[in-house]
Amino acid sequence: MTMRMPKAFTNVSLVVGALISLTIILLAIFAPFVATHGIEQMDMRNRFDGPTLEHILGTDNFGRDLWSRLVFGARISLTIAVIAVAVSAAIGTVVGLVAGYFGGWVDQVLMRITDIFLGFPAIVLALAIVAVLGPGITNVALAIIVVAWTEYARVVRSTTLVLREQNYVQAAKALGASPMRIIFREILPNALGPIIVLASLGLGTAIISESALSFLGFGLPPPAPTWGWTLAYGTRFMRDAPWLSIISGATIMVTVLGFNLLGDGLRDVLDPRQLSRGGGKSAKAK
Amino acid sequence: MQPDRTPLLSVENLEVHFPIRAGVLQRQVGAVKAVDGVSFSLNRGETLSLVGESGCGKSTTGLALMGLVKPTGGRVQFDGQEIRGFNRAALKSYRRRMQIVFQDPFSSLNPRQRVKDIIRAPLDIHNVGTSAERDARVAELMERVGLRPDQADNFAHQFSGGQRQRIGIARALALNPDVIVCDEPVSALDVSVQAQILNLLSDLQRDLGVSYLAISHDLGVVEFISHRVAVMYLGKIVEIAPKAAIFAAPGHPYTELLMRSAPSRDPRKRHSFSASNDDIPSATKKPSGCPFHTRCPLVTAVCKTTEPALTARDDGRLVACHNR
Repeated sequence: MTMRMPKAFTNVSLVVGALISLTIILLAIFAPFVATHGIEQMDMRNRFDGPTLEHILGTDNFGRDLWSRLVFGARISLTIAVIAVAVSAAIGTVVGLVAGYFGGWVDQVLMRITDIFLGFPAIVLALAIVAVLGPGITNVALAIIVVAWTEYARVVRSTTLVLREQNYVQAAKALGASPMRIIFREILPNALGPIIVLASLGLGTAIISESALSFLGFGLPPPAPTWGWTLAYGTRFMRDAPWLSIISGATIMVTVLGFNLLGDGLRDVLDPRQLSRGGGKSAKAK
Repeated sequence: MQPDRTPLLSVENLEVHFPIRAGVLQRQVGAVKAVDGVSFSLNRGETLSLVGESGCGKSTTGLALMGLVKPTGGRVQFDGQEIRGFNRAALKSYRRRMQIVFQDPFSSLNPRQRVKDIIRAPLDIHNVGTSAERDARVAELMERVGLRPDQADNFAHQFSGGQRQRIGIARALALNPDVIVCDEPVSALDVSVQAQILNLLSDLQRDLGVSYLAISHDLGVVEFISHRVAVMYLGKIVEIAPKAAIFAAPGHPYTELLMRSAPSRDPRKRHSFSASNDDIPSATKKPSGCPFHTRCPLVTAVCKTTEPALTARDDGRLVACHNR
């Protein structure tokens, strides 16, 4: 562990990505404390205000504080993104492990099902799901999960195809280990690297999908300060108050960039051989 | 130690053919006959070596006996019981008594597991003893193979190649197996470390009475650890003989070729017996008759048409050759 910390800290994308992601997450958690106004609190004397001391990112046509709305909007985006990523990673990982390990017809059936989900245009499928089930955090998350899990399934399957030929998997088979034990004890721990990388990249993708749904009016309904809707709403006042859509768009962009940098950085750092190399009681004598 | 003479493992006509499929319909167009009718027996406390060139099927034979590759034919009897008819429970108990040590000490240990968990895995899988007893057994095994028990929390990559092979041996020993298949146990190691591992293997055999099926291409290793030697060529055994006999006078021309091609310690000695052709025939299109006739210096007409059977010679060895 001693060598790992400095090495991780020298990875620029990891550090920058982690800082951005952490900032957004902390802002979302402490939203009630960092927000200067209520999300629906109107200030009719200061409508369409540019950034001022009172409203640091300006106000919209009702004089609602943009900073406070974005901070509370982060809660919605992150909640949906975390649910969507956790569920799709769990489903995709299990499907990928089972398909890759057993191979044959099990693999064929699972992967053709995956292809069917991949065949739909993602945003149209998501729109259809929200249109049928109605808006709400779980339904928006579900709309994202329906397509997002396929990526985990495909990546985990190909990782499993490599790992199942490893001698330590053969050794476990020779010991009489059950397929469950081999999949979860021998293969899964070695497949975690790509899963973690995909998950952090997936947070960015999920935030974009959620924003796109909100932008099109299929996210949480209007009083909710979703980033996508704030951006779409702001475009109506592009000439008088351009900061509304520019700042909310930039917020989405920076957040997604943060998670993507984090994912790229993790990919470089997460190598099993870097775990506790040169640790305390490594023995060199033969 | 003189090995006991009751066969523990007996293999008859073992076959492993891998189908070659081609075309849209994936029809079978041929087969790679990796193991093509191999028979031998292994006694308690004995080491039988399988030797031969790369691709002769020696490793596949070992994997088939471990159930890691499905045999396409033949019979395997373990302690008087036929393995084919085993149900799941019987197969699991067979696996307790038969273990394997792999060639590559790097890929055979899970990089994400600590050494104590690697060695404990067989005990966990077969529910042997309580948790405390398993931990005690892990410490005992580590000491037995020459590792310090305080290294139990380390990961495999913190060890050298020789130490990693010791971990693999400890894992194979955990369930007190009767037979250990050693698939090229030392060929990935430095020469100085090879001797230590070979000594460890023979100490374990002396103390525990375990049998080894040693798979190797290194005649020095074979001479050191074997009681008997089986020579394989293109998926078949061409000669089985006690070690002393085979090293004193090779019976089959292929055995002779193998021995002569090993580097000699005497630099003035020249190869006096050489193959007429160095190309090894493909395992998909085997020569008719004796599989070795394309390279044999003693080839005669009968070799090209009739395949010689393994037959007993006066000194107790079995040789498959028309002319010897």
